Amino acid sequence: MKKLIELTVNGRRCEAAVEPNRTLVDFLRHDLGLTGTKKGCDAGDCGTCTVIMDGRPVNSCLVLAVTAHGKEITTIEGLETDEGLHPLQEAFVQHGAVQCGFCTPGMILSAKSLLERNPNPDELEIRTALSGNLCRCTGYQKIVEAVLSVGQGGRHGG
Amino acid sequence: MTLHSVINKRAPRLDAPAKATGRAKFIDDLSLPGLLYGAILQSPLPHARILNIDTSRAERLPGVRQVVTAEDAGQVPYGVSPARYDENLFCLDKVRYVGDEIAAVAATDLETALEAVSLIRVDYEELPAVFTPEEAMAEGAPQLHDRYPRNLCAEVHQEFGDVEAALKTCDLVRTDTFINKRQDAAFLEPNGCIANFDLQGYLTLYTSTQVPHYVQRTVAMVLGLPIGKVRVIKPYVGGGFGPKAAATPLELSACLLSLKTRKPVKMNYTREQVFLFSRARHQFKHTLTTGVKKDGTIVALANECYLEGGAYCSFGIATVYYAGSLLGAPYRLPNMKYDGYRVYTNKPACGAQRGHGGVAARAAWEQQLDAIAHELGMDPVEFRLKNSMEAGDVTCNELYTSSFGMKECIEAAARGSNWKEKKGKMPKGKGIGVACGFFVSGAGYPIYRSDTYHCTVTIRLSEDGGTAHVYTAAAEIGQGSDTAMAMIAAEALGVPLEAVRLSSGDTEYGIDLGAYSSRTTLMTGHATKEAAENVKAQVLEVLSDELRVPLGEMDIRDGYVEFKRGPVDFTALRTRYIKEHRGWTDNPEDDRLTFREAARMAYLARGTIVGTGKYKPGELGGKFKGATVGTSPAYGPSAQVVEVTVDEETGKITVDRMTDAHDCGKAINVTSVEGQMQGSLSMGLGEALFEEVKFDDKGRILNANLSEYKIPTALDMPNVKTLIVESNEPNGPFGAKEVGEGAIMPTIPAILNAVYDATGVLIQELPLTPERVYMALKKKREGK
Repeated sequence: MKKLIELTVNGRRCEAAVEPNRTLVDFLRHDLGLTGTKKGCDAGDCGTCTVIMDGRPVNSCLVLAVTAHGKEITTIEGLETDEGLHPLQEAFVQHGAVQCGFCTPGMILSAKSLLERNPNPDELEIRTALSGNLCRCTGYQKIVEAVLSVGQGGRHGG
Repeated sequence: MTLHSVINKRAPRLDAPAKATGRAKFIDDLSLPGLLYGAILQSPLPHARILNIDTSRAERLPGVRQVVTAEDAGQVPYGVSPARYDENLFCLDKVRYVGDEIAAVAATDLETALEAVSLIRVDYEELPAVFTPEEAMAEGAPQLHDRYPRNLCAEVHQEFGDVEAALKTCDLVRTDTFINKRQDAAFLEPNGCIANFDLQGYLTLYTSTQVPHYVQRTVAMVLGLPIGKVRVIKPYVGGGFGPKAAATPLELSACLLSLKTRKPVKMNYTREQVFLFSRARHQFKHTLTTGVKKDGTIVALANECYLEGGAYCSFGIATVYYAGSLLGAPYRLPNMKYDGYRVYTNKPACGAQRGHGGVAARAAWEQQLDAIAHELGMDPVEFRLKNSMEAGDVTCNELYTSSFGMKECIEAAARGSNWKEKKGKMPKGKGIGVACGFFVSGAGYPIYRSDTYHCTVTIRLSEDGGTAHVYTAAAEIGQGSDTAMAMIAAEALGVPLEAVRLSSGDTEYGIDLGAYSSRTTLMTGHATKEAAENVKAQVLEVLSDELRVPLGEMDIRDGYVEFKRGPVDFTALRTRYIKEHRGWTDNPEDDRLTFREAARMAYLARGTIVGTGKYKPGELGGKFKGATVGTSPAYGPSAQVVEVTVDEETGKITVDRMTDAHDCGKAINVTSVEGQMQGSLSMGLGEALFEEVKFDDKGRILNANLSEYKIPTALDMPNVKTLIVESNEPNGPFGAKEVGEGAIMPTIPAILNAVYDATGVLIQELPLTPERVYMALKKKREGK
């Protein structure tokens, strides 16, 4: 029996009827077509499906869509503005923090969430905040450098 | 700095903005109208005879469009190496591991497909199973494949020089046994595909693969289609690292189901199925005997290896050869003997993974070399420098090194890590270790025996001359090959990077053997460079006619035509260009002739300007059996220094610092080279410290998920000091060669040697879990 939910995704109100067992990641990817959110394990282990829900990063494969009722969700598609890429996105591009790119959306959203709580994190704080987002390509170094550059207000290069 | 305009610099990757914004489409992000969803039935038993398969209930389920078993699949054997085509699409008479594919279903949605799979009834007669090489090779052991007695999938026996005689002349001979564990590649994007058999009879397969070319061939062969009717398109791929380097049952099932239903069919592996399909790193058990003179000269090596291979061969023949052929170098070794055995077991098949075949061997030997240096009282760095090969050296198994910055790498890593200040002076509980690496820069021969080109590339100029569009079938899987190829094209054509557009990963764009054996930069790079030079020559020929300037007196650089003998009057040409370009606002006003103008003139004279390039290496290697495995047009040496802390109370190891020096020839994109080094070290650290696919006694994987199968997180990896040691590789485009896999080679042994330095204990089994380290330290304390 489908349930009606109302939520805000990337600043837009939306209403949908969803099965009670529909996960948020499948809802976002299949029902809304927001395929920037990735699905790497469907078990909450890899972090590729990270989205921001009411200001906190969550694994959207562990959240049922029905429990997102009334919530505010930001996905990777919500970061670009008319001015262009979000500073974190730009930093990931410039620092070589992107390789295969499958972890990148979740990684950027975890970083964004960290910077909202702590605008000037040190390296250990960044590594801790990103430790739920696995990356098999980069060894994390350039990702950490990218986040550091934004945390320091971009003073050390964008 | 550099003489180059585009390469040998840092460039943001072309695909990074799409990937950072979520716009990049991976396989599971794609859809087609009328899509059906597929699912596979896999064996719950490790070894059993199939008595009967009843699909009737599944076929009756509403929403099911097709059920297929071996009977429908044509029963054409396939695999990786034609000498060992030991797989069939769906099991014919028996299952050989937990996960073996028995049937597949296509339905209108995934839930229905999964339910249908659960309704297929299979009657089995259970057979005894074998899970270790020892069990599998024992007298009277159950046989997996009738054609391979004693479950021996492949064996190799090679000797170069005379090891037995040489060992007798040695002052010190040491024998050690070392074992690693089965690894999983743990790429973050599970395999997936969409097959679409259209109404004109063409099959298009979109798939997450490293090798569109081999997938195209295998699909065509197994399904009995002409190659020209099969097109394979690789969207963005979320990592591969080896296991995506061959056709999968997933791809073949989707193609068969699409053929039967005439509808597009989508199939994905779950994360658990990625582990079940496996095809990742083997378990290797090496017994190494090394003899040296007291001055530290390495004289002889005997290498015996047993590979636990799983139920099918996959890349296994190459793997068992690589575990021997890549070991002698980077040291001058006159005598080497190798006995390798790859053994079938009732577990998922192992295949190729980053550093194919060589990683465990390298770990074992570099650890043993440290023990030998210790016994000789030599510094491990000095010991390695003393034995290091140099450019121009040929190994005893006939691998030729045309460029070889091995000594430079050792020196760079030692300097960069302050080795001299630290070695022997580390505080209690801390250690420092060094190790070297060696890897091919592209396999010298294709996987199937053929005179095929390894890659062909086409470049087409847009009719306004403004854009050079590179078409390559090369597989960008995250490593950065698209950007590297665009940089090579821009450099060779003489235009800025922004003037190059690149399309890749589609079998319609040419031949490319794919992303494996660290081949793309050198091989596809060559073909790209040749295509760009071909385009440039065509443009200059037309220009030479138009301006009456001899060909040799012109060149193109940074988007402009250069006249070597002073200014040339090109007013008429410009006037013509501007007339052609009426209405546009970007007409050239420069006092220099632009490439765009020249290219437009070339188009007007000759039609669309298309340049082609191709590459295959010349004949490489010796004439002995298996001599082709290990050949390459170039080799990448590397050295690493690692510092660790060992907690003697808990056995926990922390890697504090890593210094990595790699000879990649001439770096094309410096940022990407560093990225490959850092990523390799991370995978090596995981294999050294945590990674192990574990099984229960019924052949079922215990940790087929990313929480219990641990790969390094951001908290496990230290920052790496990456030192690019450039050489100029004569066989590489602009002097470039590999970095993608060679960089993983020294990581595990450098960690092992740092642990040895910290504790005085040689731990000869991976991974170095706290339990294993603690027990080793306890044993030492108790004097055992």
